[in-house]
Amino acid sequence: MKTSDILQETYWALLSNKARSGLTVLGIVIGIGSVIAMIAIGQGAQGSIQSSIQSLGANLIIVFPGAQRGPGVQASAGRGSAQSLKLSDAEAISRLPEAKAVSPEVSSRSQVAARGTNTNTSIVGVTPSYPGVRNVEVDQGSFFTDAQQRSSEKVAIIGPSVRDDLFGAGNEPVGQVIRIKGSQFKVIGMTKAKGGSGFNNQDDQIFIPITTAQRYLTGNEYVSQIAVQANDEASMASLQSGVTSLLLQRHNIGDAASADFSTMNQADIVAAASSVTGTFTLLLGSVAGISLIVGGIGIMNMMLTTVTERTREIGLRKAIGAKKRDISLQFLAESVALTFLGGFLGILLGGLISWAVARFGNIASSVSASSVLLAFGVSAGIGVIFGYWPARRAAGLNPIEALRYE
Amino acid sequence: MIECQDISKTYVNGPNSTTVLKGVSFSIADGEFVAIMGPSGSGKSTLMNIIGALDSPTDGSYRLDDDDVSKLSDDELADIRMRKIGFVFQSFNLLRRATVLRNVMLPLVYAEVDHEERVRRARQSLIDAGLPEKWHLNKSNEISGGQMQRVAIARALVNDPSLILADEPTGNLDSRTGEIVLSTFQRLNREQGRTVVLITHELYVAEHADRIIHIKDGGILSDSKNPNKRVVHESHEDV
Ligand SMILES: Nc1ncnc2c1ncn2[C@@H]1O[C@H](COP(=O)(O)OP(=O)(O)OP(=O)(O)O)[C@@H](O)[C@H]1O
Ligand SMILES: [Mg+2]
Repeated sequence: MKTSDILQETYWALLSNKARSGLTVLGIVIGIGSVIAMIAIGQGAQGSIQSSIQSLGANLIIVFPGAQRGPGVQASAGRGSAQSLKLSDAEAISRLPEAKAVSPEVSSRSQVAARGTNTNTSIVGVTPSYPGVRNVEVDQGSFFTDAQQRSSEKVAIIGPSVRDDLFGAGNEPVGQVIRIKGSQFKVIGMTKAKGGSGFNNQDDQIFIPITTAQRYLTGNEYVSQIAVQANDEASMASLQSGVTSLLLQRHNIGDAASADFSTMNQADIVAAASSVTGTFTLLLGSVAGISLIVGGIGIMNMMLTTVTERTREIGLRKAIGAKKRDISLQFLAESVALTFLGGFLGILLGGLISWAVARFGNIASSVSASSVLLAFGVSAGIGVIFGYWPARRAAGLNPIEALRYE
Repeated sequence: MIECQDISKTYVNGPNSTTVLKGVSFSIADGEFVAIMGPSGSGKSTLMNIIGALDSPTDGSYRLDDDDVSKLSDDELADIRMRKIGFVFQSFNLLRRATVLRNVMLPLVYAEVDHEERVRRARQSLIDAGLPEKWHLNKSNEISGGQMQRVAIARALVNDPSLILADEPTGNLDSRTGEIVLSTFQRLNREQGRTVVLITHELYVAEHADRIIHIKDGGILSDSKNPNKRVVHESHEDV
């Protein structure tokens, strides 16, 4: 049997049952489409998280209180909530030769009120070095000064999202008064919008002097992290070991394994975030993959029905000289044609979904060439895998019994 | 040339087995028109399946021209069917949604004949089988039963087989249309020298052949020339 004849037979067979072919293809379209879209969204999220980590500042080492852990367990309980780092540690670190700048911070979440409205946001106690170290720019007003920090003044610099929540977009925030945990703070500045979304919104923060935060919010002398900026990328490693040995010495700990703090450089953070978003992508992808398998089962179901319905036809084809191979190729071609068509339309659908998500959902997403190729490969594979059994069944029919089939 | 030597067929279904053919021997020369006749359940269809290379005998040998067909694999049998045998069934077995022409071309798909040659041979077969050109592009479910059987005959002819096997070809037709189909077989046998084997349980139908092999309970009861052949006049042959 010639290839052109196989294609011709496939065309006739699928066309003679348009509704059923269409519905079966739809199953594959949804499966492939969701795989493409989910991978695009996952990869997009990965890209945007990485770039927002880079935007935190360059050449950073971050010191957390609590025991040393591997980079993969960044989100573990304990880190950050333990109390072992003090402002004096930060001052000592700033005297290390590799340290260009040091920015300790105390963070907490709290309800914030202003003129009858209120919002729940993150309050970060920082030092005046913070904007330089963490790439934060002030849009209106100014950041607080060393003097204001030393005297623990109740001044605040708010993020644009906080301004929108408390005063409404476009309103002048500088000079307003807000209440944080019962204390009145004067707004002296607003940061420039930095973007970021969801759990990672860098514009939904309020900055206050770290000494003020310790006195009015946490009520103790500990800090929740210390960001240290290295002179350059080359000195990152020596800075990290310098910070470690300095803090071990200051805390009187002989064995590095029992340290009461941990350090993480930016590469570790990127790796940790990548592994989180990688898992996220995998999860989305496998949920979508399941729908693809359901689509494949739809193909198998349709092909089995077709083989049963066309038993007499198969018997006739065998009687006039069709070999096993001719019959099985004909039915395999039908199922592969269905999945290929489904794969093609699915790629279009997936592209459309990820475009719509990027356009209207503000979540970065990108359809990669490799996922399109993968989708084509997978859909052809599904056609072969789920079409194989029905095709074999058709090829194995006994012509005499098939011709007698009612 | 068909040569059957001591053909037997036993169906085994689990513990019980049924012997349907019990040592059948006969031969049919090229160009003969033979009817195989017998009551229902006598083993006619079983015999036809063996002669038609759809099935292999349990015992005995069957030669078709120079091939020993009794011990071939499924695909080798398919090849014999493609090259040497044309089937006509009681229930036509046409592809319902396909055109008349495509139905007739179907065997040539498996013989891998070129498209143009396919169309040419299919149209010629349809004319030989008595279906005028105006019907060739109709869907095969848009024509009458008599015409359907002509399409089936054309399909059986298109591979230029050495043997045409018809199992109860008139079983689904009224007597007049059946008569016309039988006259077509007679004409193909007379004019083109085709070997025709006709299987029926009706004496009246069998009497259209030159020779009648009578079988009963899996054996040959009689095998003789038909003394009173019914000849249908050409003028009756239209649909
Ligand atoms: N696959 C099979 N398994 C078991 N027994 C079978 C099988 N096929 C046929 N038989 C039996 O063989 C016998 C002959 O069957 P066959 O179909 O050859 O008869 P027939 O002469 O063609 O009858 P009819 O005129 O009714 O078509 C029957 O008794 C039938 O039950
Ligand atoms: Mg029968």
